[in-house]
Amino acid sequence: MSTVIRGKAYVVGDNIDTDQIIPAQYLALVPTIEEEYRKLGTYALCGLPVEEYPTRLTENEKVPCPYNIIIAGRNFGCGSSREHAPIALGAAGVEIVIAESFARIFFRNCIATGELYPADCPERLCEVFKTGDALEIDLDALTVKRAADGASHALNPLGEVKTVVAAGGLFAYARETGLVPERSAAS
Amino acid sequence: MSMTLTEKILARRAGKSAVTAGDSVLVDVDVLMTHDVCGPGTIGVFKREFGEKARVWDAKRVVIIPDHYIFTSDRRSNRNVDILREFVRDQGIPYFYDVIDDPSGKWEFDASRGIELAQYGAKYAGVCHIALPEKGHTRPGEVLVGTDSHTCTAGAFGEFATGIGNTDAAFVMGTGKILLRTPPTMRFRLVGEMQPGVMAKDIILHVIGEIGFDGATYKAMEFGGEGVGPMSIDDRMTVANMGVEAGAKNAIFEADAKTIAFVKARAAEHGTAVPFETVTPDAGANYVYDLTVDLSALEPTVALHPDPGRRKVASACGDIKLDRAYIGSCTGGKTSDFEAFADIVDGKEVRIDTFGVPATPQIVRELKANRRNGRSTWDVLLDAGVRMTENAGCAACLGGPSDTFGRINEPLSCISTTNRNFPGRMGDAGGRIYLASPYTVAASALAGHIVDPRDYLPGVRELEEVGA
Repeated sequence: MSTVIRGKAYVVGDNIDTDQIIPAQYLALVPTIEEEYRKLGTYALCGLPVEEYPTRLTENEKVPCPYNIIIAGRNFGCGSSREHAPIALGAAGVEIVIAESFARIFFRNCIATGELYPADCPERLCEVFKTGDALEIDLDALTVKRAADGASHALNPLGEVKTVVAAGGLFAYARETGLVPERSAAS
Repeated sequence: MSMTLTEKILARRAGKSAVTAGDSVLVDVDVLMTHDVCGPGTIGVFKREFGEKARVWDAKRVVIIPDHYIFTSDRRSNRNVDILREFVRDQGIPYFYDVIDDPSGKWEFDASRGIELAQYGAKYAGVCHIALPEKGHTRPGEVLVGTDSHTCTAGAFGEFATGIGNTDAAFVMGTGKILLRTPPTMRFRLVGEMQPGVMAKDIILHVIGEIGFDGATYKAMEFGGEGVGPMSIDDRMTVANMGVEAGAKNAIFEADAKTIAFVKARAAEHGTAVPFETVTPDAGANYVYDLTVDLSALEPTVALHPDPGRRKVASACGDIKLDRAYIGSCTGGKTSDFEAFADIVDGKEVRIDTFGVPATPQIVRELKANRRNGRSTWDVLLDAGVRMTENAGCAACLGGPSDTFGRINEPLSCISTTNRNFPGRMGDAGGRIYLASPYTVAASALAGHIVDPRDYLPGVRELEEVGA
């Protein structure tokens, strides 16, 4: 993944839990089976209440969806440990979630899978941006800019999160650092 | 250096003399637990990363408990139990609590036999967080990780227990280790004694309301104080179980004589004994938060839709009309939970649809053996109009496939002994879920709206425990 991410934002509020990210009835889909991985993407965020979110992340279960950036409020990803949640977002084409704060297991699962960057920010960006805004995120400069007005907002430092996600997740990182043997030696 | 309970366990299992909050450590795992919803994905990552022929690091330390989507005709869900069975066979994993007895069979739920009668074999153990201690897999001082957020329940036994994702679990499967950041610890001192009508569920709903439902994010919640001693093992499990509902990495109680007696008895019964060493927190350890909870001042408490931190005492809930009541899950589906429920509904009739799902087959057996005035608790519940199923499992707590017992398939209001009330949690996205204790759920089922159960308590509990 490049460290500059450009694309359209999908904006949600506080406490978006894993049941809203991927409702429990879809958990029988096994993410390591390729066809089922793709299917998970088509359901990403389909648990959001329709009245509050009339614009859906994926319309007609079509992936990749038009949005590759999620902007959220507090406690994004709270609830269950299902890795299906970051995977559904990743499979839908989402590259990054920028939130005021994250629930711990979801945050960790984003990094372990390498599916998407979890980035937190000091500002309440879910009240600054609107769904459909074109954004440019620079993970080195730690900025997020709206194309329409060029206004720049800060991201908190990503630290090792960036290294691990950029490497492709926990296993890729663990191989680079010698925590697990190289693939050729493993099998 | 003085350490909290969590710091001390992590230091020991990282082979260090001391760790402090914020330290990243590579920790040896004692037990890895997985189930039917996350197990197949974990196995998939394990094979992809370590190779098709790779072996798990220690077959005796991997515990596999199908429990989520079992009694459903959903074809993928049935298949997922078969994926677990095949892996267990290849790896020689001894602790697999299969739905069926035939190690080379296929699991298929038979809807024509109905949902109420047991369709499992002798090995099936039910909800993982209750089955783990029941079968003797929880021990003080250990590190337990599981692919389920409510793995924190096992903190009731004085161990570090936390939920992880498939990729982390696959890493543990291959290496026996996990990278953890040592969490800062929040301390909760429980003092005083709960008044009649108040239950462990009320303690944790009170605490989550106090700190907010992201109030413990990334942190350890350590429960201590003289109020802990009189609490039963079930009570401690209920409290630890919902630590994750405040965002906690783990919740933990110091082990005492009661813990050790429980752990040793279960291990002896099931032949799962492993030496363990209890750990105590040091005087002068660093806590980032300290709250004293006077148990005698607590009242029956409800978490209002749609998050577990929306606390309100039951007596102040006014006239919140209900369509349904539910008792079950790792939080509120234990024998003691059903007995409390039966105390309230014995000889009466529920006014709304009420579903009961015991967490484990062992609990089903206990409820059928326990007698009240000559009738089993099971029959007392049936007579009161509760729809009971013998098919123990997670069932409708998390919605599940559409044919799941008790699932909310319309936008109903439901009061429940379970743990989460987010939009869509029990099925329909328009469902409204209220979380409460078994007492409060039972009394509200009789009334048809949310009530304070203290007006419904029986005088004396006439329960003889038989064979429990």
